[in-house]
Amino acid sequence: MEHRWGMAIDLDRCTGCEACVVACHAENNLPVSTPEQAAQGRTAHWIRVDRYYEGEFPDVKVKHMPVLCQHCDDAPCEPVCPVYATYHNAEGLNVQVYNRCVGTFYCANNCPYTVRYFNWFAPEWPEPLPLQHNPDVAVRPAGVMEKCTFCIQRIKRTKENAAQEGRPLADGDVLPACVQSCPAEAMVFGDLNDPESKVSRLAQHGRASRLLEELGTKPKVFYLQKVK
Amino acid sequence: MATAPELLPYHQIREDLFRPLSRVSRRYLFVTLIAFIVGTAGLVAWGFQLRRGMGVTGLQRPVFWGVYIVDFVFWIGISHAGTLISAILRLTDAAWRKPVTRAAEAITVFALMIGAMFPIIHLGRAWLFYWLLPYPNSRLIWPNFRSPLLWDLTAIVTYVTGSIIYLYLPLIPDLAQLAAHNTPWRRRLYRALALGWTGSDREWHALERAMKLMACIILAVAVSVHTVVAWDFAMAVAPMWHSTIFGPYFVTGAIFSGIAALVLAMAIIRKVLRLEVYLTKHHFDRLAKLLLLMSLLWLYFTLAENLTVWYGNDPKEMAVFGARTRAHYAPYFWTMMFLNFAVPFVLLGIRRLRTITSATVASVSVLIGMWLERFVIVVPTLANPRLSSASSFYTPTWIEAAITAATFAAMAMLYMIFAKLFPIIAVWEFKPHPQEDD
Repeated sequence: MEHRWGMAIDLDRCTGCEACVVACHAENNLPVSTPEQAAQGRTAHWIRVDRYYEGEFPDVKVKHMPVLCQHCDDAPCEPVCPVYATYHNAEGLNVQVYNRCVGTFYCANNCPYTVRYFNWFAPEWPEPLPLQHNPDVAVRPAGVMEKCTFCIQRIKRTKENAAQEGRPLADGDVLPACVQSCPAEAMVFGDLNDPESKVSRLAQHGRASRLLEELGTKPKVFYLQKVK
Repeated sequence: MATAPELLPYHQIREDLFRPLSRVSRRYLFVTLIAFIVGTAGLVAWGFQLRRGMGVTGLQRPVFWGVYIVDFVFWIGISHAGTLISAILRLTDAAWRKPVTRAAEAITVFALMIGAMFPIIHLGRAWLFYWLLPYPNSRLIWPNFRSPLLWDLTAIVTYVTGSIIYLYLPLIPDLAQLAAHNTPWRRRLYRALALGWTGSDREWHALERAMKLMACIILAVAVSVHTVVAWDFAMAVAPMWHSTIFGPYFVTGAIFSGIAALVLAMAIIRKVLRLEVYLTKHHFDRLAKLLLLMSLLWLYFTLAENLTVWYGNDPKEMAVFGARTRAHYAPYFWTMMFLNFAVPFVLLGIRRLRTITSATVASVSVLIGMWLERFVIVVPTLANPRLSSASSFYTPTWIEAAITAATFAAMAMLYMIFAKLFPIIAVWEFKPHPQEDD
C-alpha cells in the first residue's frame, strides 16, 4: 500500500462555520434540498457539523464536530453489501461504486456514524447551480447510496500532476474540498503511511482520539480535543 | 360434539371435499374482485415508487429500513405456519393433523412468494435485483457471500423450492382422483400434475418415504430461514439489533404468527366451505393450545431480550429501549404486549373461554401483534443511532400502506384460487386403506 489516507480535525479550532459543508456540496455535486425535504430528513451532506452542548443555560458551551465518512480500516458497511458496491481500495479508502449499488440500504444501517446518504429522488439543483457542476465527479442517479470519498478525484488529479512533473507527492499536496475551505485550519489531510506527515504527527498527539473507537472499526479520521 | 371426520364414509368425505372445487358462488367472485382491486392498487403504488424514487416512502436518514422490511419479516414468519407445523405433526404421526396440513402448507408457499417480494420492493434500484444472483455475468462480479442478504437469498430460494415440493407431494394422490372425473380442461390439468399416478403399492411406498424425507428437510430449512432473517439484523452493530438470541427469538415469533395465520385460515375455510365436520372444535383446541404455548415462549424471549438490556443500562441501547417502551414507539410496544400475550393468555388459557371463535379472535390479535413486534424491532433501533445527533422519527406514507394492503389482498386471492383448484383438505388421507382401489 503506497498511501494510506487519513484526516485530523482539531475540534478546539472548529468554529462550526460549515464552510466545509458548502465546499463539499460544490465539489462533489451534492443536490441542494428544500426546507421541506430537510424537515423530512432527506438532506445529503457528505460532511455535517454535529453540535454538542455542555452546561446549563445561560452558562452553555457548544462543541462542534464535523462528521464525515471515517474511512474505517474495518468498515462495518463493507461486508454487508451483497454486490460489492462498497469496498476498500488499495489506498485504504472506503470506496462507493455508484454503478454497482442496487440500494439495499444495508451499509447505511450498519454505519455507526450514520454518514451514508441515499438518493431518494433523481437529484435536482435550482438555477444557476447546475452551471457549477464539477466535471470530475459523477452525478448520482436515484436509488443509490453515496458518501464522502475523501475527494478521491482530487487525490487522483494531484497524483497525476506530480507524476507528470516527475516528483513524488509532498505532504499537503492533496487537499480535499473541506480541508481547503476551513478558515480556522482545523482540518488536516495526508498520508498516514508517512510518519513525518502532518496528519501522522497529529494522530499521535495526546489530544487525538477517534470517534466510537470502542467498536473496533479503526477509523482514519482523528479528532483532537483537550480533555478536561 | 361433532363426529370425527375419520368416522364418515369415505365416499362422502370425497364428495364433501371435492364439492367446493366445482362451484363458484357470486360471493366468491365478489371477494376475489375486491382482492384483485386492492392488489392492483398496490401494484400502481409500486409503479409510482419505481418511477419517482424511494423518496415516496416515509424512509429517511437514519431509518433506512421501514414498513417493507417489517412486511418482509412478517410474511416470512407467516410462512412458518405451514411447513413447520405440518412437518412436526407429520413426523410425530399426530392423527389429528389430517385436515390441517394442506391448508398450512399452502399458506407457506403463498406467504413465501409474497414475503420474497419485499426485499425487491425495498431496493433503491429494484430493476437490478438480479445483480444479487450468483451467475457468470458481463460485469465480472460475483455477489458478496459475506453479506447476510446473500444468505437470506439462498435460504429463501431453498425454502420456496422445498415448500412447493412439500405441498405438491401429498397433492399427487388427490390429483389422480380428480383427473378421473371432471371437466375437460381440469382433467388435462390434473392429469398432467398427477404425473401418471396409478396408486400402486410401490408408488405409495415411494410417496410415503418422500414425504417423510421432505418433512425432515423442510424442518431444518424453515428454522434456518428465519434464523438468517434474524441475522440480517443481528449481524449489524446497531444497538438492540446486535443480539445473540435473535435467531431463536425470530424463529419462535415466526412459528407463533404462523399458527395464528393457520387458525385464521382454518376458521375462514370452515365457515365459507361449510367444513364444520372436518375442522372441528377438537382441531381448534389443539392449535389454540399450541398458540398459547408459543405465546408464552415468545414472552419469555421478549423478557430475556429487554430485561438484560434494561439491567445492563448501556446508554446506546437504553436510547432504543427508551424509545420502545417509554417514548415515541411506546404505543406500538405496549399494544404488542397486549395483543401477543394478554389476549391469547386470557382467551386460550382459560378452558371455558377456549372456543373456535375465541381462538380466531386470539389469532387475529396475534397477527397484528406480531406485525407490531417486527416494527418495534426494526424502527426504534434505526431511529436512535449511536451518534444521537442523527436520530429521527419515521412515519410510513400511503404508498407503503397501499403496498402492504396489496400483499394481504394477494394472499387472499392466491389462497382462494388455490382452494378452487385443489382440495384444501387432503382427501386421500381419510381413506381407510389408501393402498386399496376405491
